[in-house]
Amino acid sequence: MVRIWATIIVASTAVSPLMAQDQGAMDHSMHRMPAADQAKPAVDHSQMDHGKMGDAEEMAEPMDHSTMDHGAMNHGTAASATVSNAETGPPNAADAIWGAEAMRASRAAAYDEHGNMQIFWFQGDRAELRMRDGKDGYLWDVQGYFGGDLNKFWFKSEGEGSFGEPVEQAEVQALYSRAIAPFFDLQAGVRQDLTGPDRTHAVIGVRGLMPYMFEVDAAAFLSNKGDLTARIEAEYDQRITQRLILQPRAEVNLSAQDIAELGIGSGIDNFELGLRLRYEIAREFAPYVGIEQEWKLDGSRDYARAAGEDASVTNYVVGVRFWF
Amino acid sequence: MNFSRRQILGHSALAGAAVALPMPLWAMGKMGAAVRKGMDELSGAKVDLHIADGRFATGGRSGHAIAVNGTVPGPLIRLKEGEATILSVHNMLDVDSSVHWHGLLLPFQFDGVPGISFPGIKPGARFDVPLTPRQSGTYWWHSHSGLQEQAGHYGPIIIDPAGPDPVAYDREHIILLSEFTPMHPHQIMKKLKVSEGYFSLQKTSAADDYPLSAEERRMWGRMRMMPTDIADVSAPTYTYLINGHGPEDGLELPFVPGERVRLRIINGSAMTFFNIRLPGLPMTVVQADGQNVQPVAVDELQIGVAETYDVIVTPTEDRAFALAAESMDRSGMAQASLTSQPGHKAAFPALRDPPLLSMVDMGHGGMGHDSHGAKTDAPMDQGTMDHGQMDHAAMGHAMPEPAAAKGGDDMAAMDMSGGMNMRDTSLLPASVKVGPGIDMVAMNPQDRTGYPGLGLDDVPHRVLNYRMLKSLDMDHHKRAPDREMELHLTGNMERYMWSFDGRKFSAVGDDPIRFAHDERVRVKLVNDTMMAHPIHLHGMFFELVNGQGHYQPKKHTVIVQPGSSASFDVTTDEPGDWAFHCHLLYHMHAGMMQTVSVAFPGDA
Repeated sequence: MVRIWATIIVASTAVSPLMAQDQGAMDHSMHRMPAADQAKPAVDHSQMDHGKMGDAEEMAEPMDHSTMDHGAMNHGTAASATVSNAETGPPNAADAIWGAEAMRASRAAAYDEHGNMQIFWFQGDRAELRMRDGKDGYLWDVQGYFGGDLNKFWFKSEGEGSFGEPVEQAEVQALYSRAIAPFFDLQAGVRQDLTGPDRTHAVIGVRGLMPYMFEVDAAAFLSNKGDLTARIEAEYDQRITQRLILQPRAEVNLSAQDIAELGIGSGIDNFELGLRLRYEIAREFAPYVGIEQEWKLDGSRDYARAAGEDASVTNYVVGVRFWF
Repeated sequence: MNFSRRQILGHSALAGAAVALPMPLWAMGKMGAAVRKGMDELSGAKVDLHIADGRFATGGRSGHAIAVNGTVPGPLIRLKEGEATILSVHNMLDVDSSVHWHGLLLPFQFDGVPGISFPGIKPGARFDVPLTPRQSGTYWWHSHSGLQEQAGHYGPIIIDPAGPDPVAYDREHIILLSEFTPMHPHQIMKKLKVSEGYFSLQKTSAADDYPLSAEERRMWGRMRMMPTDIADVSAPTYTYLINGHGPEDGLELPFVPGERVRLRIINGSAMTFFNIRLPGLPMTVVQADGQNVQPVAVDELQIGVAETYDVIVTPTEDRAFALAAESMDRSGMAQASLTSQPGHKAAFPALRDPPLLSMVDMGHGGMGHDSHGAKTDAPMDQGTMDHGQMDHAAMGHAMPEPAAAKGGDDMAAMDMSGGMNMRDTSLLPASVKVGPGIDMVAMNPQDRTGYPGLGLDDVPHRVLNYRMLKSLDMDHHKRAPDREMELHLTGNMERYMWSFDGRKFSAVGDDPIRFAHDERVRVKLVNDTMMAHPIHLHGMFFELVNGQGHYQPKKHTVIVQPGSSASFDVTTDEPGDWAFHCHLLYHMHAGMMQTVSVAFPGDA
């Protein structure tokens, strides 16, 4: 009996030596306990230790537990000092045995470990070369996040250009992302344009998975010049085999007003339809080939024509989709 | 009997210096020490377990492992009911560790769950557990720290009864099922979080052979769910093991024809349900979760994570029998040969076609299709069926009987376009916190204890189900429940969120499930997800409500089938704080866990 309890205390290196002494001392009287009641009184005694006798660290000298009259001690009283299994409050039965301090840290770690995982994820959704009439170009469309299940910091960047020319278009977004439904996140933050006239936008959008497994990302942008635009993207993964995946993709950009400076007309700015066939060598690394057709529409078409550009461009793309 | 102060201090010092004590090389080993395949046997008044890093290899793959006493699995701990022992755990890792004694009755502070029952074992420290077994049977032990269990930190426990064993046998073998993967468990967790279906190579595709109509495929897509969402992690990421041996290791288990061979089957895997069979050799189930049951003969059984079954086989022929443990999603198989001559390998059956989830797994079980799958006549609780919500005509009650819960058969007759609500949160009790972490609500959850497990409801032989389990001993002390409580198993497949009542352990740890001392509670678990969850209560056996009256089997782990409910009665006579969780390791890690606080006698 005594041996058993001594062993417990010895085993716990998390308990300070002083506390070990203290609890060890209590064991002297333990053999007077009825054998059948081994475990339960021990718990109450240690509760007593913490609840009524104060923190072991603060005790100047060990108490003489052997003189205690265990019979006179009311377990209920002990329990009420540090209620171990009360009607409310956190569970703390183990505090009485191993020390509240040691348990506090391990309890916090246990909570954190079971459900509070923070994740960093980076995805290059499209990183591709674009072959077309005229100068070939390139495009990047990356995103990622850091955070937990419900709240995330989300970032996005996309841009494109032609080889031998300055980057045509580039932007970064920094967003707070909040899960608002099983399949949807609400995202809000800022977008900074990195090319053209200096523009900063407030962003609000939703991204998630629509019924029938369409992945969508829709956002509205309000620029520091007061211009309101919007972008809606949708993708769908059709597995041909377990690793060969055909992905139709559509994107439409909208504008509430003419923005002559940017060559954007009111209404539908442009519309893109793409089809990419990727092979997942690993889920994280999938080279692809594809085709994408882009049309400028409405006012934007007029701006494009006036600038001597094609309002309709066909890109043959080769790229890689990756994440880590 | 008495320890002096000095002796106690001396022991303290000893504990601190444990690392410096002479010990076998493997106990000192860090990364790289080759890990043997289990398993050694330990018994007696003192049992020492040394937890250390190592390197495990099977089938041409190798990777980091956490070995105990140099083996994966760790050693068998063989004890005798009523005989005292000290289980001494030495942590040689450079991170905290722990050992949970799965299924053992003992004071809560020795149960081995960091943050609930004790602070954990620091690197270099030792933790001693005094134990005088007050039970017998087949159990196991494993780490409850982080994801260490996936890496090999587990082993079997056998407690021999003090009196005669009601199970007669000539020879016994432990069948400890688990998985090996060279992938770091934290990587697995991250991939599960960011990439739904990452590990499955059995998804529906344009080239698959699944018996699904185009309409059914569209319906699954509309629900944003996958009928192949059966195992979150599977082969080839996992190599399935028996006693640490992969299929290529050719594990042989000897027998002499005519012997009664007791197989103590333990599912010590992190994530895998197994279908167990020995073609040509019927099994007689004699024990479940360490508790004796009335013998029942079957040809196959499905074992959930953390469950144990003891079966007797009596091979009379002079040959080798295949012990095939096929993963529930049928992506792989753990193998051993039960052989009468060394070197004689059995011929293993091929993997069967992967099964599919069905409407019943979504909790639309009201049509009673599930009962077709059940092989017993245990009454269904018709009273709870809400026929009013269903369109009988559209669902085709006139469907032929054999159209059980297999893939699209059910759904073919259903009109999903009518907008059947997959997530009617008004059906949930107020105790459930509705949020993005819940992607489904079982519309009409049925008791599916008569279901043998996914994919086994239409096999042409006898398969075990929970309703066939009858305790060997009648429970004369059985009381009617004082109260009932309902707990919902909730989740979001896409986000890989898992919880009880919509609250992850990280959010609800300070608000435990409370029981008074010696209460008799009926706990109804309602599974609002499409996965089967093996729910494990620490510290106490519960009796599964399976229609067997005074012979309800005692268990420590119960599978709650997808979209269904399962109930157990528990007498809360083990005071203290206990863990209660889904035993799918990554579900637990995602938050599907709670503390059960049982009051001490005398507590208010």
